Amino acid sequence: MTQPLLSLRSVSKIFKLGTREVRAVHDVSFDVTEGECLAVVGESGSGKSTIANMVLGIYPQTLGEIVYRGNVLPARRDLAHRRAIQLVQQNPLSSLNPKRTIGALLRLALDVHGIGDRAGRWDRVGQLLEEVGLPADLRSRTPAALSGGQRQRVAIARALACHSDLVVLDEPTSALDVLVQARVLKLLDELRKSRGLTYMFITHDLSVVRNIADRVAVFERGRLVEINSTDRIFTNPESDYTRRLIGAVPVVTAEEQALRDQLMEKENADV
Amino acid sequence: MTAPTLRIEDLALKFRTYSGMVDVLHGISLHIQKGERVALVGESGSGKSVTARIVLGLLQSLRTARISGHVDFDGRDLMSMHDAERHRLRGTKMSMIFQDPTSSLNPVYTIGDQFREVLFRAEPGLKMAAARQKAVAALTDVAIGEPERVLDSYAYQLSGGMNQRVMIAMALANEPSLLIADEPGTALDVTVQAQTLRLMGELVEKHRTSVLFISHNLGVVREFADRVYVIFKGRIVEHAMTRDLFENPRHAYTRALMSAVPRITGGGIPEIDDASPDFLAPLIVHEGCAEPGAPV
Repeated sequence: MTQPLLSLRSVSKIFKLGTREVRAVHDVSFDVTEGECLAVVGESGSGKSTIANMVLGIYPQTLGEIVYRGNVLPARRDLAHRRAIQLVQQNPLSSLNPKRTIGALLRLALDVHGIGDRAGRWDRVGQLLEEVGLPADLRSRTPAALSGGQRQRVAIARALACHSDLVVLDEPTSALDVLVQARVLKLLDELRKSRGLTYMFITHDLSVVRNIADRVAVFERGRLVEINSTDRIFTNPESDYTRRLIGAVPVVTAEEQALRDQLMEKENADV
Repeated sequence: MTAPTLRIEDLALKFRTYSGMVDVLHGISLHIQKGERVALVGESGSGKSVTARIVLGLLQSLRTARISGHVDFDGRDLMSMHDAERHRLRGTKMSMIFQDPTSSLNPVYTIGDQFREVLFRAEPGLKMAAARQKAVAALTDVAIGEPERVLDSYAYQLSGGMNQRVMIAMALANEPSLLIADEPGTALDVTVQAQTLRLMGELVEKHRTSVLFISHNLGVVREFADRVYVIFKGRIVEHAMTRDLFENPRHAYTRALMSAVPRITGGGIPEIDDASPDFLAPLIVHEGCAEPGAPV
């Protein structure tokens, strides 16, 4: 069997709030296979963002270990690990520095990781923008001059700038309008296939998950409730919690309504 | 037949900017009958929220805004009213629920203080004890288990879902004839969102409140609204009963919007064409949905 790209082994995170301890993540173990899109879903407070922050090395886990390509990741990441695991955040308006131009923002990623020679980096920035479907002359603009969809594309370009393998996407499309969301999702899906990327897709939007993820991990209050293939999660979920989550998704067609009703019926039958 | 709760006719809005006038609304018409739940659906920048602000009378006093057209509320002309009169209507006859409940409550006053302020708007002489009693009753109505504790809390001590219910209770406390809900619950979890929508639906039905429901989420609209207007770049492009609209969207823009929503039954990420000139095609009105007074 091939080794997973990333494994979490009995990972827990305890936050100390004064004298009180809060267990945000409780003994979680799962693997992320190279090239897959793993969705991490759950309500707010389920620990999904805490998991993302531990994977990124923003803060260390309290217990357990995180293994990347067979090596245990240290609490303080070196440059190579920071390069390999990248983040795209929910709100590009707050994740992109408003005082820098788009060109400077992307160039910084190349400079920090020493990618390419100095003279070629400016052209590389232009290429990156074109790869995410933006014109290269956007380099001289600031984030304020861009639309929401364009900004999120810049954030994606920045995550890809340094040849990362694993991209943690934290609600990348929930701040976008539905037409723009569909285009950005399409771009993410194409980039994953063409560049062989692996995604950890954190979201609470299950209808997006259905159409982009290979597997889904469902979290409830810091515990992993269920991890399974997307098809299985949406047709025959194991836990009532998953069923409840799917049952609450607002839908637009009669077929979707039928699927939802069918899942909810099962839950009521179990009670 | 009695006058509709809200009737907007040919409403246009322009903003004066440094580089000239910008057209925001190009003459929209809509109406809401008593007890009806009407949704206004569109993307950001389409003019949904400015419409709500004009109804509330918040844009009329802005010097850079140029408004024309008619807005009648309960048979009275809002546009010719004085600011003070419009001010009296807000929070009593019409009220609003915002997207993010936690940031729309004041963090330095308790829920109880803020609730009393709302009740005072309708009944200035209300006694403290009576106000508290009313607030407790209103919170019980929105399925809050310990209303006394909630009244003594601050907004940051409560969860988002709880704050949203407090907002709903406050908005309905003075029995308004019109409730404007601007993207209610988008900041909440889906499970909490579904719950608050159900609750809001039950309450407006009980009080026969008319609702203007502003949203970009088609799924939520399908679940909540009786009738839908679709707005695109300051123009209403389609108007239909909810069921008809979702079964048979006729305008190119509505179709594009619908097809862009990912489905929980699968089918992959939707293919989206570039904006087509058909999006600007004229308004399509479905059977039985004409504006009052217009030829059917």
